[in-house]
Parts: sequence; C-alpha cells; structure tokens
Amino acid sequence: MPVKRPLYFLLVGVFFGIVLLKSGAASWFRIYEMFHFASFHMFGIIGSALAFGLLFNQLIKRFNVKDLDGNPITQTDKNPGIARYLIGGTVFGIGWAIAGACPGPMFALMGAGYWPVILVFASTMLGTYVYGVVRDRLPH
Amino acid sequence: MFISWKDKSAHGLSSYPLESDKNYFGSGALLSSLTQIVRTRTDEIMSLITDPWPWYVAGPAIAIVLAGLLLGGKTFGMSSNMRTLCAICGAGNNTEFFNFEWRKQIWNLIVIGGAMLGGLIAQNFMNGGEAVPLNPEILSQLQASGVESAATHYMPTEIFASKSMEDPYVIMLLILGGFLVGFGTRYAGGCTSGHAISGLANLQLPSLIAVIGFFIGGLFTTYFVLPTILSHFIA
Repeated sequence: MPVKRPLYFLLVGVFFGIVLLKSGAASWFRIYEMFHFASFHMFGIIGSALAFGLLFNQLIKRFNVKDLDGNPITQTDKNPGIARYLIGGTVFGIGWAIAGACPGPMFALMGAGYWPVILVFASTMLGTYVYGVVRDRLPH
Repeated sequence: MFISWKDKSAHGLSSYPLESDKNYFGSGALLSSLTQIVRTRTDEIMSLITDPWPWYVAGPAIAIVLAGLLLGGKTFGMSSNMRTLCAICGAGNNTEFFNFEWRKQIWNLIVIGGAMLGGLIAQNFMNGGEAVPLNPEILSQLQASGVESAATHYMPTEIFASKSMEDPYVIMLLILGGFLVGFGTRYAGGCTSGHAISGLANLQLPSLIAVIGFFIGGLFTTYFVLPTILSHFIA
C-alpha cells in the first residue's frame, strides 16, 4: 500500500528540520545550557510548542476538526504506568545530556552534514533493538 | 517594521549612507535613495532568515508541525522511527517487539527524511551552522572545560567534527549517548516530541512522568558526569 500524501509529510518534515536547526534546538550547546537552567531559550521553545499544542488540541475538540481524509482526529491515551516512564525517561535523559541530540534533531543534523551524528543514530537503533530484546524482563 | 532578531548594530547596517551619498542632490538622488531603502529592507528581511531563530518563533512552529501531523491523521513522535527501522532491518524475525506492520509507519520515515532535507537546506542556504548565542557564563564554563568551540561553532567540534572521530574516546561517547537515547526512548515510549510536546499537549500523565525522568537523567549527567567526560578535552 503506497503512502498517502508523501509530499505533504515530506514538507512537514522539511519545515521541522529547518526549525530545529535554525532555533539551535539541534545544538549540543543548547542542551548543555538547558540542563544548567542558564537560558530560557530551550524552555521557551518546548514550553511555547506545548502551549500552542494544547491550544490546537482544544480547538480540534471544540470544533470537531476532521483530518484531511475527513476522519475525526483522535489520539490514543498512553498506557498507564510509572516505572517505564520514569526509568525509560531517565535513561533517555542521560543519553540526551551526553549526545546532546534527541531523535528529531538527530536527523536534521545528519542532513546538515555533522557526520559523527550518524554514529549516534546507528547506536540509537542498537539501543532500541536491545530494548526490544530485553523488554519482557523489564518493569513496565 | 522589519526588525532583526539580533542587535542591529552588529549587522553592518550602520554603513547606511553609502558612497551614493555624493549623488544625493544630483539627478539620481531619488532612485539611489529608493535603492538604498530596498537594499536595507532586504538585508533586514534576510537577517530574519540568517540569524538564529528565537524561541517564540521555533516553539509555535513546532506546534504547527504537531498540528500538521494531526491533520494528516497521524501523531507527532520521532523516536518510534527507530523501532520501524529495526523492523525493516529484519529484527521482527527473532524479536516479537519488532514484528509489526511497519509499512503503516512509512509516513513517519518520510517525515524524518524531510527533517534531514530541512537540516541540509538550513545549513547550506540559511546560515544554519552559525555559532549559538549562548549564555556568556555557560560559554566561559565550556571553554574552561576544554570545549573551545562553544563561541565559534554550532556543534562542539571536539565531539562532532569529522576529525574528532579519530579519537576512540569520542567514538565511545557517541555510541554510549546514542545507545541510551535509543533504549530510553523506547522504554519510555517516546522522546521530546512524543512526550514533552505531543503527550503533554494531550494532557497525558505518563508523559509528565517521562519528562520528569528526562530531567532527572539529564540533570544528574550534566552536573555529575559531564564534567568528568569533558575533562578529556582540556588540552
């Protein structure tokens, strides 16, 4: 089954990549600065994205906005739990502080030509794979 | 009405009266001053693109990405692509977690392909590789830690320049960081996009717990581990 609207998703991605790079959200330095609470910048980005996201979600609900196929826009609730979110989140946080890149910016950085990020990305896939293998033995 | 993100004085706009001044009372006066205005305005508009973007542009723009994906009938989350890629590589043959209909996730691979393209465009045509305007205290702290490139580069060249890959220490660092990002995001079921933005915007309690985890891990590492890690770079 071919993907519907590939160009649409490509353009959303291009826009996302440009924003990540131009705002410094993809910069290792900005993440370092964020974890030192030394600048409002990253908190402003995530905070205002969140604020507008909340607004958009409310508008979607209030006005029953449909997606481009005419289907209602629904988001499934995350599975309840504490351990997996707290432990998994902490592990990600450690990696985020070291590599200075989360999964989105990683792709923008590879496109921008910061080649060592390819190694980070490959290793991210390895980490994902190992999680999949040991998943049943972890608390969730 | 067009203002620069940065302080204007840093932009060479002070060279406003050009050599064309001597024509000011001549026949070309009107034309040359019009040209000058257009040129200045163009510089100002261009600087909105070439300067680093402020948070109040980037944050709402990311929310537009979120809304764009919802309109496309999808949700915002980047780290799940790693699972999809593992599945495409055949990980589903021996591990149940990767045995799913990955073809339904191709749209998201197109998004990350777009993000790569966006990174390429920003870097090469929008001055994206410019040094980041950091807090001066953080700048001097980094430089004292041996990360000299903080004032001049977008990414620390000590770690992310191709030649730094000759250093096994840096290679280990990148592998370690990436591994933890991959393991942690999948364990937590999302990263910054899926939990901190998309999940919180949809009032998901699990996302709040995950974000608290992001900061527990990030703060611990930044204060207690990174100083030791970075001491490697002190010449």
